[in-house]
Amino acid sequence: MPNLTLTINGQAHHLDDLDPRTSLLDVCRQHLDLTGAKKGCDHGQCGACTMIVNGKRINSCLTLAIMHDGDEITTIEGIGAPDSLSELQQAFIDHDAFQCGYCTPGQICSATAMISEIEKHFPSHVSNDLTQPKISLEEISERMSGNLCRCSAYPNIINAIYQVLSTKGLTKTDSSNTVTSTTDSKPQIWSPLTSNAKPHQDSNISPCQLGAES
Amino acid sequence: MKPFVYQRPSHVTQATTDGAAQDATFIAGGTNLLDLMKHDIETPLKLVDINHLELAQIEKLDSGELKIGALVSNSDLAAHPEVIAHYPVLSRALLAGASGQLRNKATTAGNLLQRTRCYYFYQIDSPCNKRNPGSGCPAIEGESRLLAILGVSDDCIAQHPSDMAVAMRALDAKVLTQLPDGSSRTLTLDELYRLPENTPNLETNLQSGELISHIILPPPVSGLHTYDKVRDRASYAFAVVSLAAVIDIDRDGNLTTVRLAFGGIGVMPWRNRAVEALLMSSKGEREAVIQAAELLLSDAKTTQKNAFKVPLTKRLVIQAIDRAISASKEAALSTSAQPAHLNLP
Repeated sequence: MPNLTLTINGQAHHLDDLDPRTSLLDVCRQHLDLTGAKKGCDHGQCGACTMIVNGKRINSCLTLAIMHDGDEITTIEGIGAPDSLSELQQAFIDHDAFQCGYCTPGQICSATAMISEIEKHFPSHVSNDLTQPKISLEEISERMSGNLCRCSAYPNIINAIYQVLSTKGLTKTDSSNTVTSTTDSKPQIWSPLTSNAKPHQDSNISPCQLGAES
Repeated sequence: MKPFVYQRPSHVTQATTDGAAQDATFIAGGTNLLDLMKHDIETPLKLVDINHLELAQIEKLDSGELKIGALVSNSDLAAHPEVIAHYPVLSRALLAGASGQLRNKATTAGNLLQRTRCYYFYQIDSPCNKRNPGSGCPAIEGESRLLAILGVSDDCIAQHPSDMAVAMRALDAKVLTQLPDGSSRTLTLDELYRLPENTPNLETNLQSGELISHIILPPPVSGLHTYDKVRDRASYAFAVVSLAAVIDIDRDGNLTTVRLAFGGIGVMPWRNRAVEALLMSSKGEREAVIQAAELLLSDAKTTQKNAFKVPLTKRLVIQAIDRAISASKEAALSTSAQPAHLNLP
């Protein structure tokens, strides 16, 4: 069995004689005592296992550890600690963006990398303009659809992410500094009803309280 | 998951040799293969990891073609400036599929070769002619709501699940492959995929050890590029019916380009050139469009549970043509010289 080195949260881990069947998720949870990433479905359907590999979010349950020799991996443990929360982690607390919390590490890893994707102008399914996506609540919902929450904390999860994006100035869409309305959706056969409400950037009222939820 | 030997070739020739071994399987993104291995649906004895091959580039050729490495991720392909600018139907289709996490890992060639999500194929204790030839097909009398209506046989009605491949079909994409003897060949998607007939276990015409190294897109086709996907939830779900369309209309209202490829209804990404020819001899009048849609669906073989796909597909065709006509009229009214319609959703 080959040996490999995984760099996880900046620390190199050498693994000898690892069974090649071991997923990246299992190697972290079972071999390295990094239990932050959760095993929800183990089939790439729920996103609870999301990790960031070489800067990109992936489902760690659907990849073999042996395929990541030399890769840079970030798990939730590398994103923040109780005394040094990341901006997103703090936003999740501020917005009560979880109930049981099982999906939360995956949500935060996913959203962390998703914000990088937005910074690189990656388009999404709901982007009208593929070159310059305007970041709305609808965009966040679409981009986070790979992370399920059985407690259905979605409105608060989206608000938490929206807050961080707003802080970074990524929700501003043009020179007038107005935020994008959720009605700015592309023509579709069917899409969920959207609201005319516009999120208030400087208001205490969160966008979802205005009825513009996912 | 059954044990396997893991191999990591660094050259294509090594990979095709490794891949030609008995019960060897290539792995790239692994997002479908590992799922199937966890279910013991795929049980390779050798797993040939091709991620270290130099096949992750996108290159524009002097011929005007776009050469896409097999390992380019679905995310990178969807966001590539050349694809967004000149093949927006492909970006749209990619972005309509899977989730952000999966698109980051899934590869271009792997997407083409992903396997059906038919429930019975996935349920290891159920008969399935695709998984266990000759065991029967409970889907035809069973839960067939999401399954195919075109190209089906008495042995299998499994649908092809890809969105990307539907756009690739509309764009006349070809795959470039490398064989263990050192030769290479080019296959259209029509030549790559097989109809199920009485051997639904054989899905492609790839030979043992044959590796898709690149996907070649012909020079861009002008017109309105759209991808419509009807599914059971707004995101992260397979298509019930989808339509990749490239439609161009001249100043006189003639449909000069009509390319329609369908997902969700076929055993492979589905295209019918007679339907397109019929539309290209029209100006998209409603009667002509209905006639074309009926021609497309004339061979449909439905079950009680998926018969709804026939009228749904017809409505998608009507919508795509009507939208193209509207966009063409708007473009004619617009004083802008910019062909903005190319990049409409």
